[in-house]
Order: sequence, then C-alpha cells, then structure tokens
Amino acid sequence: MNQMTKPEKVAAMNEAKISAEKVQVFYGDTHAIKDVSIRIEEKTVTAFIGPSGCGKSTFLRCINRMNDTIDVCRVEGNILIDGEDIYDPKVDPVQLRAKVGMVFQKPNPFPKSIFDNIAYGPRIHGLARNKAALEEIVASSLQKAGLWNEVKDRLDEPGTGLSGGQQQRLCIARAIAVSPEVILMDEPCSALDPIATAKVEELIDELRENYTIVIVTHSMQQAARVSQRTAFFHLGNLVEEGATNDIFTNPRDKRTQDYITGRFG
Amino acid sequence: MSLPLIVLVILALAAAGFVLGRGRAMASAGGDIRLLHSLPGYYGWNVALAAMIPAFLALVLWLAIQPVVINGQVSSMISQASIDQSSLDLVMSDVRRVAEGLDTAVAAGALTSEQAGSIRTEFTDVRDRLGQVGVALGSDVTSETLHAAQRYRELSGLGDLGRAIVVLGLAVLGAAWAWQRSNKDFRARNSVERVVRWILIAAASIAVLTTVGIALSLIFNTVEFFRLYPAADFFFGLTWSPSFGGGSELGIVPLIWATLYISLIALAVSVPVGLFAAIYLSEYATPAVRAVAKPLLEVLAGIPTIVYGLFALLTVGPLLVDVFGNGGLLGVNWMAGGTAVMTAGLVMGIMLIPFVSSLSDDIINAVPQAMRDGSLGLGATHSETVKQVILPAALPGIVGAILLAASRAIGETMIVVLGAGAAAKLSLNPFEAMTTVTAKIVSQLTGDADFASPEALVAFSLGMTLFVVTLGLNIFALYIVRKYREQYE
Repeated sequence: MNQMTKPEKVAAMNEAKISAEKVQVFYGDTHAIKDVSIRIEEKTVTAFIGPSGCGKSTFLRCINRMNDTIDVCRVEGNILIDGEDIYDPKVDPVQLRAKVGMVFQKPNPFPKSIFDNIAYGPRIHGLARNKAALEEIVASSLQKAGLWNEVKDRLDEPGTGLSGGQQQRLCIARAIAVSPEVILMDEPCSALDPIATAKVEELIDELRENYTIVIVTHSMQQAARVSQRTAFFHLGNLVEEGATNDIFTNPRDKRTQDYITGRFG
Repeated sequence: MSLPLIVLVILALAAAGFVLGRGRAMASAGGDIRLLHSLPGYYGWNVALAAMIPAFLALVLWLAIQPVVINGQVSSMISQASIDQSSLDLVMSDVRRVAEGLDTAVAAGALTSEQAGSIRTEFTDVRDRLGQVGVALGSDVTSETLHAAQRYRELSGLGDLGRAIVVLGLAVLGAAWAWQRSNKDFRARNSVERVVRWILIAAASIAVLTTVGIALSLIFNTVEFFRLYPAADFFFGLTWSPSFGGGSELGIVPLIWATLYISLIALAVSVPVGLFAAIYLSEYATPAVRAVAKPLLEVLAGIPTIVYGLFALLTVGPLLVDVFGNGGLLGVNWMAGGTAVMTAGLVMGIMLIPFVSSLSDDIINAVPQAMRDGSLGLGATHSETVKQVILPAALPGIVGAILLAASRAIGETMIVVLGAGAAAKLSLNPFEAMTTVTAKIVSQLTGDADFASPEALVAFSLGMTLFVVTLGLNIFALYIVRKYREQYE
C-alpha cells in the first residue's frame, strides 16, 4: 500500500466498505470489464443490474477473487476492502474469501448432512474451540438464515434433500457461518419460485443489519425491493450508480432509462 | 440346398420384399409420400424383416435340433455288442466320419450317389475306396457302421431338404403376409420399431443367458467333483498336492491365501497411485498436460498381461532378489528366487493403475463445478476442496473402480503364472513363491488329465469358488456404495 495516500483514503472511506478503482477484467482477449470504479457502502444492500453479459457477475466475482480460479482471467486496477488492496500479493485469496462470502445462482449444498454443510467453513478455518461451540455456530447461522425452525429436527439429513428455496437459505447460512463481513450474491433467486424468492428477499433485508451485501439480479423489481443502492452495468461499463430510488425514478443516463423501462435487456 | 445358399436366398427374398413392400405402399398412396402413415422405407423394412426373422429363427432351431434327432435315430441301429467294445460316442463318431467320407467321395466323383447308398462291405473295401479320395479312416469299416453311415446320410439329406423347404417357405409366407398389409394406412413405422425393440432385447438376453450358462456349467462339474472328493477337505484342507496317480490332497486354502495376498499387494500399489494420479489429472493438471498424460497412462491398460508377466519374470523379480535376496543390498535373506508373491503383486499393481485412475478421473470430473465454487467461495483451499467435498462426492464411483480392480486382480492369471511361482504354500513371507487359484486351474486342465478324475474336475470347483468370491465382492461393493452415497443432484 502506498504510505502517502493511505490516511487520505481511510478518511475518505468512512462509509465505503468496498471501493474499486479503474478495474479492468480480461478473459483471454475479451475485455469484459472496462474501467469500473465504484464505492459500496457498509451495511447496505447494493444491487448490480444490467442485461445478460454486461459483466455484473464478473465484477462481483472480482470482489472475492473467485476469478482467480479461472486460468484465462486477468484483473487490473484496485479493489480495496476496508482500505486494503485485495489484489496485493500479500493477501491470501483463501483468507479473503472467508471474509467475503458468496452465494451462487443455483443452490449448491454439499452432498453432506445439513449440519456438516454449515460446519464446513468453521471447521476449515478452525472457528470452533470444541463440539459445543461448533453446534452453537451452526444453530445461530441457521437462525440468522431463518431456516432453524424448519430443519432443527433433522440436522443429520442430507442438505440436498431440502427444497430449492431451503437449499438456497442453507447456502446463505453456510456463508454466514464463517462470519464474513461482506456477502456476495450472484442471482440468488433465479432458480427459485416466487414464494421461496420472497423468503430469501426478506432474509436479505434482515441480514443488512450486520453484513454488507452485494447482489446481482436480473429482476429490476427485486433490485427495487431489496436494495438501497443500485449500479447499472452495460457492455462491461458501469453506466450509473446511486440510491435505488433515484436510479428507478430519475435515471441520469439514457441507457439506464431504456433498460429500466424495458426498452432493451 | 447348402446352408450359405439358404442364407443368401433369404437375404435376396428380403431385399425383394423391401422393394415390393415399399412399392405397394407408394402405389396405395398414389405416389404421394405425404399420404403415407410412415416414410416409404419403413414399409420396405417391415416386409424385409417379416421375411428374415421367422426364417432365420426357424433355421437356427432346425440346425440345433436336426443332429440330435438323427443321432437318436441312427444310434438305435448300433448293436449292444459294439457299444460294449468301446462306447456309443466313439461308434457314433466313426459313423459320422464314414458318412462324411462318403459325401466327400460323391463330391469328388469317385462314387455316384446311388453307389454311395448301396455299397456293401462284403463287396468293396470301403476304407480303401475312401482312402483314394483323401478320407483317412482309423480302422476297417464294419458292415454295421457302414449301414449306419448310409442311414445317417439318408436322414441328413432328407433333413436338409426339409430345412430348405420349411425355412424358405416361412420367408415367402412372412414376406407375403407383410406385403399384403402394406397400404397407406398401415402403421409400418410402429411395427418396425417394435421389431427393433425385440431385436435389442434378444441381444441383451444373450449376454445374460451366457452368464447363466457359464454358472450352470461350473455348477454341474463342481457337483460332480464333490461326489468324488469331500467338500470339507477341499474348503478346509491346508495342503495342495495333486497327483494323477490318485491319493491327492486338494485343499484350496493355500491357493486362496496366495490369491488374496497377491491381490492385496496389487491393490496397495494401484489404489494410492491410481487415485493420486486421477486427482492430479482432473484437478491440478493443465489441459495440455492432461491431453498427453491421460492417454499415456491408459496405454498401460492396453498392454497384454503376458507382457507384464515377462516384465515380472525378467526385470522385477531379479531386481527384488538383488535387494532382498541372499547377498542383496539389505543383507537379508528373505527371498530365494525371482518368483514371489511380491513380484507378482507389484507388477499386477502396475497393471491395475490405469483401471483405478481412468475410472476415478471420469468420476471426479463428473462432480459439478458448483461444488468446487461453493467450497472455494467459503475460503477453502483447493486441496481442502478436493479432500472434503470432491472425494466424498465421488466416493461411490471410486469404490466401484477399486472393486473392479480387485476383481481383475483376483482373476488375473498370466502375471501369476510367470511371476508368483508354481508351488502352493501357506506362508506370511511375501518374498516366497506361492501359487494362486487361477494358475492352478490352468495347470490342472492342461496336459493329459482324464476329465473324469477329481484332479481335473477340481479346476471347476476352483473356478466356481473364484466366481462366488468376485460375485460376493461386487454385491458388497453395491452395498457400500448405497450406504455411503453422497448424492449431489
């Protein structure tokens, strides 16, 4: 980190949990993300919207360096979390991902029991001192994810036996269990029916109290319902970012307006 | 009519039926394909199949039954005296030889067919006559044998004629029946597809029936063996020393012990190496490395086992003696000769590596990417992901691969024959020569053994034991796989 600029940045980022500057992403020769700079506030829900292939998921995966697992992917620019550059060589991407959890498009519980699914992260990171502490983490994670009452009597049954919506909340609980500060959600409701979607959205709203949440969504209604801030991506560019109400009622850019009024996308 | 000719005629009838059926269906639709229920080719195939299938079925049945019937007819002509002299089987094979000889003679023009039916041993030296056209007979032909042979020829000729008439008649009838049904409303496509389904079922049943046949042939001979040799001595006897003069001790325990011992060593080599290779190839190797390494590894699977046997005999055995033998590197004297349990086990392990690795690799690749993402997204490292998510998800398949390898190891023969030695022994020392069930099956059935003696029949009970052991292993594998399955979809 540059010693000279650090105090300034910390001062400027009182509210910004994540701040990205001039981020470029390349997949081989494809320039997928172009010059994106954005600040994401702490303990708010930020929605990334935009048409398919606009780069919103790619950018999301930069925030916990999941793109590192793809060989041909290259990231340039700075992404700071709490003022610390996550692409600094000193940063261990594995540790970073414990701090920045992720929930995927399709529910992907491990083929293990419900208990083991939640306990997976805490066990890897050594978060529990003993068995009782582990049980405590599992119970509180499930409670926070609003799943406790539904599964408390069958913790040893396979997680894959739950319904789609329950599986997705299980995945959220699994992410919460490692006490992250940021939770990234990549279209978490796209494989769910409307009732399960409503439950997950309600959960997202509750989680905002303790976590910084970034959610990629195809549904503009969902963005309007769950988020406080919205960013609109188009063709790899960040077109516009602002309070959700402003974006939806009073977009500054014509492309944003066209997209939210359904003229393309 | 000869057999190939009949087959050709049936095929020709079917081809003609194809054209005619297709033509009739087209004609019924006035040449407009759109009015037909099915595409024209289906009408053609429908007629062709109706011509071929009953005819070929009848042909196969006829071929199976005719010899039995003729044998029964002719053998009643053989007198009890000549049966007592040798045996019915031997006399009958003489009869068939003479009958074939007469056929050859007629075909060569040395006899007319009337002469072949009427010559008598009293007037002609049949052995000499047949010798002139190149049919050598072991002994002089008795009048009785010649009569029987002539009767045999007569019946065969009759049977062949009947065969041609029945089979070709069926072909024509079938074709005609299907042909007259060919009109534009007939559902030829459905009919053809139904027949195709039955053909597929028949193919599947052949595999199943063969298994049953193998099991039955083993069972009959095993039962026969146990009538001659007490089962308790066989299963619990600690000594294996067959002697064809009688008084053999045929205890299976040393053989089973060596089989399991060698298989265990083979698995101890192949499972870790194969599994680690699979994990590297599917999880860590770049596509370029994988594209080269995987086929190279699979080349190992294509090497004939006899070559592995030579490798064991010429390379691995002497190498082990240099290390563990008298005056070897370790200064111990555990190993007397190159052939040993360890030699065979190591080489067999190398042979099994591609089985384990190739199957495991496919199974690990089949674990969805979402599992990896989920684990990595929680801050797990690549190796934690492999250990705790991917391997458990792939476990049932991996267990299957290992048990398949175990079955191969237990049934392997050539490597053992060349690498493990020939003496049946009950010992814990892996550097001693022992011999396995499979190797003993080979040695009991090759050579001049009398097939009715317990020393030869024991091979079948050994085979049966192997069959039961591998079957039990497979059932156990299924049980394990069901019990510990971690289903990801």
